[in-house]
Amino acid sequence: MAVCVLSIVLIFASHRLHWLDDTRSVLLSIATPFYWLADLPARLGNWGGDTLVSRDTLLDENNALRAEQLVLLAKLQKLASMATENVRLRELLNSTALVQDNVLVAEIIGVSPEPLNHYVVVNKGSKDQVFIGQPVIDAYGLFGQVIEVSPYSCRVLLISDSNHAIPVQVNRNGVRAIAEGVGLLYELELSHVAATTDIEEGDILVSSGLGGRFPVGYPVATVRSIIHDPGQPFLSVKVTPKAHLNRSRHVLMVFKGQPEKTSAGLDGSSVASQDKTSVGEEKQ
Amino acid sequence: MNSGGGGGLILVSFLLALFLHIIPLPYELRWARPEWVSMALIYWIMAMPQKVGIGVAWVLGLLLDGLEGAYLGQNALSLSVLAYITLVLHRRIRVFVVWQQAFVVFVLIGIQQLLCNWTQSLQGGMAQNLMFLVPALISALLWPAMLVMLRGLRQNFGLVKPI
Repeated sequence: MAVCVLSIVLIFASHRLHWLDDTRSVLLSIATPFYWLADLPARLGNWGGDTLVSRDTLLDENNALRAEQLVLLAKLQKLASMATENVRLRELLNSTALVQDNVLVAEIIGVSPEPLNHYVVVNKGSKDQVFIGQPVIDAYGLFGQVIEVSPYSCRVLLISDSNHAIPVQVNRNGVRAIAEGVGLLYELELSHVAATTDIEEGDILVSSGLGGRFPVGYPVATVRSIIHDPGQPFLSVKVTPKAHLNRSRHVLMVFKGQPEKTSAGLDGSSVASQDKTSVGEEKQ
Repeated sequence: MNSGGGGGLILVSFLLALFLHIIPLPYELRWARPEWVSMALIYWIMAMPQKVGIGVAWVLGLLLDGLEGAYLGQNALSLSVLAYITLVLHRRIRVFVVWQQAFVVFVLIGIQQLLCNWTQSLQGGMAQNLMFLVPALISALLWPAMLVMLRGLRQNFGLVKPI
């Protein structure tokens, strides 16, 4: 009985009062070895796959990667000049300088065992200056944000969690919306989209930077279906997240960078993601 | 009775259960994760109620909360309730045949899942249908294997059931 009361007090304390936020960081430190161990078989499998691969396969892979790198470098050249031009134009318009983000590569070591909570545990923590609220991306789009930090790991809430919402804008025309998670890995919903809004299937949504938590311009999702029910006050817009929420092994923790003066220090990852956006736009 | 070794075996089985609880599953099987910790807890309370009780369940629950990042106390509460009901019923559960035990396990873990689900609704993530009972069903189906394995281990380590 006493134990029940104590538990209920604890639940209340963590729900309403946020007394236990420090305790949870300690608990995450305790949990980290478990996640590390649970991840071990997968890591051993990867290691075995890497080690026991034949020379021909390696050579093929090497060639493919080299070709891909060539293509990416070519695109980067074009992008660098465009970025410089952009900075110049912004200076002409007296608007604020572009901010270049730095990233830290991290590895996912655990996923949520609860079907209704979407988060992953990542192997970077406060020792690597990871902080609560930090945005996380993968190679394809925005992934989530950090909600708990321990010295050597952190918990990242995915954008598909039902507690998560992210301000976005349509890449085509800048229409703003909020993409909310609904607890499904392959689906988000746009909330309160007026029936007259200019939004189409296939539109790419990028983070708008409103709210100040996520940086501007990272791809978030593509619009999958728009249903206009005249009985409802708003459109029902379902979108598919761009990030591979279920498959990524490596993610990038984004640190807000310094305002950029020249385009020399273009960061590879954000270039790649911005590039993807523009590629996607061309496809439409 | 060999108390030191018994404690070690129980501890190891609980650690293993915690470890199995967070092992990654494919997205399609996300509801099919057996409640390893609850099953181990039910077995050990049933077999050795003088060693494993509500206190152990509560500590285990706190550990689970830490692993899941849930509200502190969510699993502690549900596992304590589970432990209490099992303690009350343990003499009866012991004399049941396996399939009857499996049914009791289904009901117990179902109650535990229900409590977890209610607490989770505070966070906004509540199951919309009865899917949250699937882990209880899977656990009940796995109960015979769990029983044989843990019983074998217990007898191997010479731990005697008290009357």
